[in-house]
Amino acid sequence: MRRVYWMEVKTEFLKMARMKQYSVSTIAFPLMFYVFFGLVMAASLPGGVSMSRYLLATYGAFSVMGATLYAFGVGVAVERGLGWLEVKRASPMPPAAYFVAKAAVALAFSGIVITLLFAVGAIFGGVRMPAAQWLAMGAALVVGGIPFAAIGLAIGSFAGPNSAPATVNMLYLPMAFCGGLWIPIEVLPKGLQQAAPFLPSYHLGQIALAIQQVPVQGTIAGHAGALAAFGLICAGVAWIGQNRDREKMYG
Amino acid sequence: MPVAELCGVTKRYGAVEALRGVDLAIAPGELVALLGPNGAGKTTAVRILLGLSAPTSGEARVFGCHPASHQARVRRGALLQVGKVPETLKVREHIELFSSYYEKPLPLAETISAAGLAGLENRLFGALSGGQRQRVLFALAICGNPDLLFLDEPTVGLDVESRRALWRRIRGFVARGGSILLTTHHLEEADALAHRIAVINQGRIVAEGTPADIKAQTQTSGLEDAFLAIMRENGSPLEEVIQ
Repeated sequence: MRRVYWMEVKTEFLKMARMKQYSVSTIAFPLMFYVFFGLVMAASLPGGVSMSRYLLATYGAFSVMGATLYAFGVGVAVERGLGWLEVKRASPMPPAAYFVAKAAVALAFSGIVITLLFAVGAIFGGVRMPAAQWLAMGAALVVGGIPFAAIGLAIGSFAGPNSAPATVNMLYLPMAFCGGLWIPIEVLPKGLQQAAPFLPSYHLGQIALAIQQVPVQGTIAGHAGALAAFGLICAGVAWIGQNRDREKMYG
Repeated sequence: MPVAELCGVTKRYGAVEALRGVDLAIAPGELVALLGPNGAGKTTAVRILLGLSAPTSGEARVFGCHPASHQARVRRGALLQVGKVPETLKVREHIELFSSYYEKPLPLAETISAAGLAGLENRLFGALSGGQRQRVLFALAICGNPDLLFLDEPTVGLDVESRRALWRRIRGFVARGGSILLTTHHLEEADALAHRIAVINQGRIVAEGTPADIKAQTQTSGLEDAFLAIMRENGSPLEEVIQ
């Protein structure tokens, strides 16, 4: 039984790693943005926090969101919409294995891109932290990806195979900007700042910043609770979508 | 005991009745063809027997169990119509993954040779031709060494040569004692492969028997004429049938 899960995870990883539109963009885009905005346009924020340090946390959150939203949102929409999920469901695969494998691979890619991002921040951005702090931030970001897996699954359970990439982008990019992941939340207009707590991206960014000991709004526990709530709601939506799906197709 | 059966199965999707009181049984070692025009309810019948969809009324059983039960799933394989199979996996990786779902799968080499995939093991699925892709789906259906196969329109879109090759593999599976439910809208295919044909139209089984029975029943010489005669009797406008 354990072997089935291992095979599912291994195969999913190979599949996604060879899918360049996923693996390359998941890794390259956050690194590129961080280099442009965190290193090339380096500036200091009020309170003496360097941009390279601040944006390391928020681009970390941005990376994790991308890795999980695409893996689930686009991955599930395509496999569900074009019949592959049916083939798996008709087989003796344990039903949970499909979702466990997707989650494991999304977390693995999150880990890879965060490690690279941290290396760039430390080597070229001069970000210095005790080892425990690096580890805590990395772990918080990767685990913080779980609610986004649920959001992606909710999208993947309703969106069509062709519209899913656009749907994911329409949520991912505005959510990143308005949640203060591209430029610090304090710099955004007042209205956006007030709306930010309604976005899961904001909460993940704030958790990473708090671990970096950058002054943040609210507490880590509060932000974690908000993320958990988003995750649970989206998991419920996804569950409805997955059930509805089974009875829809005919021919 | 039949290996798979539908008893008085009706399936409604909103206002559409895809199946209306269908009875169908597959005996051990038997190849049954479910023959009918597009939209007749063939795929719905298969989806119910695979536990992917629940009947509105009536009952479906596979090896005497619920079609979605683990006992049913480990003893059957399925080749379904699928729009897109992951293309960045190698043939070998696809087969190894599906083999791992079963308790006593065939050895990899045996699955590869039974599906006619020798030499293609390390090819990415996306780099295969249409006929080769269908062979991989056939390999995924048989890799668990199942007793029962569901083949939903397995030769659609294949050229003559690939179709004949797949027929040989289907006959090979039956020769080793397996049972098959095959859906098709090719009369020739049903005639060539099936021990028994069930003709389905507008959600009802309208004729059933050996290919010879069906021809005799309608006093026609060819199966094609028999098919048209049955369709006409059941109120299908002829133009629709010919399409």
